[in-house]
Amino acid sequence: MSGTAGTDRRAEHEPTFAATPPFPEAARAALANDQLRANLGRATATIRTKRAAVVAERADWESLRLAGAAIKDEVLRDLPALLEQLERAVTDAGGIVHWARDGAEANAIVAAIVREHDATEVVKVKSMATQEIELNEALRQEGIDVWETDLAEMIVQLGHDLPSHILVPAIHRNRTEIRDIFREEMWRVGRPAPDGLSDDPPDLAEAARLHLREKFLRARVAVSGANFAIAETGTIVVLESEGNGRMCLTLPEVLITVMGIEKLLPTWRDLEVFLQLLPRSSTAERMNPYTSTWTGVTPGDGPSEFHLILLDNGRTDVLTDTTGRQALRCIRCSACLNVCPVYERTGGQAYGSVYPGPIGAILTPQLRGIAKHPVDKQTASLPYASSLCGACFDVCPVRIDIPEVLVHLRGQVVRQSEATHRLPTAEAVGMRATAWTFRSSRRLSLAERAAGLAGRLFGRRGRLRRIPGPGPVGAWFRARDLKAPARESFRAWWRRTDGGRGGD
Amino acid sequence: MRIALFITCYNDLLFPEVGQAMVRLFRRLGNDVEFPAEQTCCGQMHFNSGYQDACIPLVQRFVAAFAGYDVVVTPSGSCASMVRRYHPLVAELAADRGADAGLADRVAAVSPRVLELSEFLVDTLGVTDVGARFPHKVAFHPTCHSTRLLGVGDRPTRLLAGVEGLTLVDLPRSEACCGFGGTFAVKNADTSVAMGRDKVDDVLGTGAEVLTAGDTSCLMHIGGLLSRRRSSVRVMHLAEILAATGTDA
Repeated sequence: MSGTAGTDRRAEHEPTFAATPPFPEAARAALANDQLRANLGRATATIRTKRAAVVAERADWESLRLAGAAIKDEVLRDLPALLEQLERAVTDAGGIVHWARDGAEANAIVAAIVREHDATEVVKVKSMATQEIELNEALRQEGIDVWETDLAEMIVQLGHDLPSHILVPAIHRNRTEIRDIFREEMWRVGRPAPDGLSDDPPDLAEAARLHLREKFLRARVAVSGANFAIAETGTIVVLESEGNGRMCLTLPEVLITVMGIEKLLPTWRDLEVFLQLLPRSSTAERMNPYTSTWTGVTPGDGPSEFHLILLDNGRTDVLTDTTGRQALRCIRCSACLNVCPVYERTGGQAYGSVYPGPIGAILTPQLRGIAKHPVDKQTASLPYASSLCGACFDVCPVRIDIPEVLVHLRGQVVRQSEATHRLPTAEAVGMRATAWTFRSSRRLSLAERAAGLAGRLFGRRGRLRRIPGPGPVGAWFRARDLKAPARESFRAWWRRTDGGRGGD
Repeated sequence: MRIALFITCYNDLLFPEVGQAMVRLFRRLGNDVEFPAEQTCCGQMHFNSGYQDACIPLVQRFVAAFAGYDVVVTPSGSCASMVRRYHPLVAELAADRGADAGLADRVAAVSPRVLELSEFLVDTLGVTDVGARFPHKVAFHPTCHSTRLLGVGDRPTRLLAGVEGLTLVDLPRSEACCGFGGTFAVKNADTSVAMGRDKVDDVLGTGAEVLTAGDTSCLMHIGGLLSRRRSSVRVMHLAEILAATGTDA
């Protein structure tokens, strides 16, 4: 599933999510990995507690959430006009704007710009959009080296691994594993890890700093994503913690920013709301250490050439779904991952997408076109990868009702299954049968009597234990008992005793 | 005040004692309760599994069965949240399908009157001491839909605090989902069980004799894991504890 220890470390291709099985199967494999669960449990518990503390400091948190959702909804409503406004503002400030319908177009634009400058490598700021379109692999095919400079992204890249978290893509790794990756891999691609490297976080950070420094100083082209783009001014905004982003955004001659079209904000003032919502939700900080903003190019200051690539890649299709489109409000904070009881146990790679966790379960299927055409089994399994506990909605800084969208997408999965299967699935038959039973209280009474009888036949001391079988029955009883259906249902008791008035 | 009991389909079939406890409790508090026999199911399993169209007739039946009551009380925070939050969406769907344009109005008349047990006791009847006696060590699992969708808050624990002899123990990570999640429990059985086992560990760590909640669906899952582990910890619905007078438990 991932390029973890034991797989070919000199693989010709970067690992991809393409081979991920449907969620239940991928989850089973992840659940069997005790180290993974221990790493994730520790990390998510820590960030959850910290986030709750910094959010509690703001008495106006709910107002901020409402404002964030309202601004993003305005963006989605006026997207075409705002994008053209952004294009004009960036162009006026000396930048060059490109429009990319999908990942292939965006990747080709980036590759062409890099080749134009006779460059053979790029340094990268952490970016979800470029992960989404697998830019690294595309550039590698063109013979261009790509260096991730965010510490966690670098750990994933050096380890020939796949990301498992939006903000902390190497959250599934502990520090000993990271030290081993540094020792075994850094020397292949640049400055080796210092001799006798320990697994102390400051030592690991220093090793990363030394390794990256030569790449920052050498690279002539940088690639970034964007947290926000201000339509009014043409300003791009990147928030980060490590300063690697600031290096990439200021040192190279050429800067290429790939940005999903939904990352817009209408005005500079709107940024105020998001600079409060994002750091507290993502890193649990009042303010992140580095916030970089730039508007086109400034002679003698930073890159002399700036390209902005506006990426659609399925987003306009998502916009047409009035329930699903709220997923495009997402500001990639990962608060929903950190509170998700499913994510906490399975980790991010089980979701088979760069967008894992609750937001991934609603964003990935939509970006892959679930509303337009039947999707593969892995994609169709994602909306079901949730117990609908609602913790994600509670913490979402832009109030995406993730459970509502999950259930909505499940409806799309069911309708597609009905349209493409000649015979209904066993599940569909079961659902139809139960719905038919529930449409009549008389039929329900009869079914309850039959179940009560079955309970007496198969139950022991009122319990059903270890009933083998395929499908949902076997799935329940593998690890759980079940109380046997009652000898007499409530409604039968009520009828017999006149609601208890006629004795028990 | 005309009070109807919405027993919910799985309590009807698997846990009739929960409904019987509610009837005893309400009568002890001086309130009679009716059981509209036409009721069946709120449609949550179908709605949450993606069979939303199948819910339309169930919602039509629900509003017909419970029309005319002042309050509809149910022993399930989860089903109450389905009715209050999602029946309006099913009505919208029915209108979109040209199936029943008037359903929205009927839902608007009935669904806000549907209350979960602790809401009814604390808000409608205004009691927190229901005269119960239950001399046992009890842990309380708040359940996701009661807390996050309905917002019942501390109503259940205030009711438990009023029970004579009861010792309420602190359940660590109580707000964490137990992993039941309806069809999630079987569609993603491994993950569901992994979540449930962590919950069971937390419960066992408290030394409680009884685990209670406002939803038997979650208790069925946690109880199934406890039973498989041959644990002596019993699961009981909140209503059963509140109905207890010390002689029957």
